[in-house]
Amino acid sequence: MSASTTTDRQQFNASMRFLHWLMAAAVLTILGIGVAMVASLGGYHSLVSIHRPLGILILILVVIRFVNRLRSTLPPFPATMSPQERLAAHASEVLLYTLLFVQPLVGWAMLSAARYPIVMFGSLHLFPILPHSVMLYAFLRKAHTFLAYLLFLTFIAHFSAILFHTLIVRDGMLNRMVPWRVRAR
Amino acid sequence: MAPLANRDAKTIHSSVEPLGETGPMEKHPAPLTAGNVLARLAGIGVLLLAVVGAFLYLGGWFSPRKLTPVRFVDEFERVNGIHSGFRRNHAKGVGVRGFFDSNGQGVRLSKAVVFQSGRVPVIGRFSLGGGDPHASDELGNVRGLGLQFSLPDGEEWRTAMINLPVFPFKDPQAFYDNLVASQPDPNTHQPDPAKGVAFIASHPETARAIGIIKSGAPSSGFDNSAYYGLNAFRFVNADGASIYVRWALAPVQPYEAGSGASVDKNLNKNFLFDGLIASIRQHPLQWRLIMTVAQPGDPTDDATIPWPEGREQVDVGTLTLDSVESEKTSPARDINFDPLVLPAGMAPSNDPLLSARSAVYSQSFTRRAGETKEPSEITPAEVRK
Ligand code: HEM
Ligand code: HEM
Ligand code: HEM
Repeated sequence: MSASTTTDRQQFNASMRFLHWLMAAAVLTILGIGVAMVASLGGYHSLVSIHRPLGILILILVVIRFVNRLRSTLPPFPATMSPQERLAAHASEVLLYTLLFVQPLVGWAMLSAARYPIVMFGSLHLFPILPHSVMLYAFLRKAHTFLAYLLFLTFIAHFSAILFHTLIVRDGMLNRMVPWRVRAR
Repeated sequence: MAPLANRDAKTIHSSVEPLGETGPMEKHPAPLTAGNVLARLAGIGVLLLAVVGAFLYLGGWFSPRKLTPVRFVDEFERVNGIHSGFRRNHAKGVGVRGFFDSNGQGVRLSKAVVFQSGRVPVIGRFSLGGGDPHASDELGNVRGLGLQFSLPDGEEWRTAMINLPVFPFKDPQAFYDNLVASQPDPNTHQPDPAKGVAFIASHPETARAIGIIKSGAPSSGFDNSAYYGLNAFRFVNADGASIYVRWALAPVQPYEAGSGASVDKNLNKNFLFDGLIASIRQHPLQWRLIMTVAQPGDPTDDATIPWPEGREQVDVGTLTLDSVESEKTSPARDINFDPLVLPAGMAPSNDPLLSARSAVYSQSFTRRAGETKEPSEITPAEVRK
């Protein structure tokens, strides 16, 4: 990819865009499955059986995505963003990455502390990462709920900011992340 | 997190460009009128509300009457009170340990590792049905046995069985409605018998199941009881062939009918548990694990109906329980005997009780996990005496 044209600098590179949308879909799905399964009797088992491996997939993807981000040249913030906005955008990105990393770890850790087998699919399961302690489980189980809601709220803030920039400020913010390539005028 | 910040550094270094060049992807649009801005803001608002609404909907916020795991466990607590650290059902219990010797006969039914010939360690828990951890033992109480088989490849099989040959409720709603009917009246502190009668009248399958249950007298103790898994499960063998089974533990200890004499509960409110402790001290207790194989058409989604006589029964091995201890020291206290912790080769059937049990046990387990653990009725001293 030639990094010299304006277009390239104004859009996140293809791998970052791909990972962004793949993970956005995965994260919104797992959040939906999470809130639905704990409110369901009949759907609980099938949903939780998808929830666990999907959560671990997110853990793997976020590591890949973070490394990929470190290796990528990021497009500069658009000039329409004030320093405060840049700070807010930056903080929300740090928060999103942190939550995407910590939340699945908490899921894995809480099942470890409760000594549930952490089944992925078939006979494949993960090893426990904490000793058996139901008190620890109770704490982590609450944390898992809290972090899930925090993640959802951070997503809503992120979504609002993008919509505001794209529709009101009209600086083409969304184009920076759309899956397809956007050429300069 | 410095690397996340490299964009800032860059923007500062690249001297601020005019808007036209930093936003080359956007044509210069005509400025928005105040009306336009309002309309767009409203559009954003609607979109955000839709997303939030979708999540609230999924989480059941708009269906306050839907039966959820939380509401189910709340109802257990309304009926029994909250007993800190105890299971919301089958609250009174003791831990046991032992092992399962598989004879290899189960391999043709399921590829689950537990059925390959050999021995696996088992942790278990005997319990009485009901949410009162200090209830007096009665012969007619439901007796429970929860088991956890630890397989050599790290998988687990957990099951929770009771001594009834059929289950009185065909779905979670019926179980719940019966709980509501048995809730103590706030004035009399007793359940209203009329509600129980009304429940049976509107649930003929429960009446039929109770008829079957009452046709056999309960045995004298935990040690000579049979225990039934009741729910159907789907087994898949190494060839990929799948069948439906129900399992039961048949006691090697000879059946002895519970007699009136041993039931003087004024003498000992723990006579069933004390009997178990005495018995296991004398000799290890054993049960044969029997798989009953369904024929096409046998109901797999209704635990109130027994399968017809003459179904193939496969004896897959022997369970031996050789030690007993108080919940205070037993690891069983902190295990959730969730019936859907299954190794590969075993899967749930379409029985609506199964997923519901998994969900409700998880909620009960989560609540008790975080509470102070009050001493169990069967204390370490009771086990030693
Ligand atoms: C849960 C879902 C989402 C997560 C976790 C998420 C996360 C992120 C993160 C971490 C970034 C920073 C770039 C990176 O490191 O990849 C980003 C940028 C971006 N996201 Fe999302 N995102 C989500 C959903 C969405 C949605 C639904 C939209 C569409 C409106 C969107 C639009 C954007 C845009 C346009 C950018 C680039 C912002 C800029 O110009 O700096 N994201 N997102
Ligand atoms: C980004 C990753 C994840 C997200 C966003 C997420 C989200 C959620 C949400 C929203 C809930 C419902 C919380 C409530 O309302 O109380 C939940 C519950 C749960 N999650 Fe996750 N989760 C993630 C990863 C994981 C992982 C990796 C595991 C395990 C390996 C896991 C296991 C569970 C379990 C067992 C429950 C609760 C089941 C119960 O209480 O019966 N989660 N999760
Ligand atoms: C929808 C139906 C059912 C509901 C809502 C229900 C509810 C519960 C709850 C809340 C617990 C306590 C779980 C814990 O905190 O660890 C429990 C334990 C138990 N249940 Fe059920 N149950 C149902 C059906 C059954 C059936 C069909 C059986 C027998 C085949 C059964 C046998 C047991 C046993 C043996 C225990 C005690 C396990 C242990 O020692 O931990 N239950 N049940």
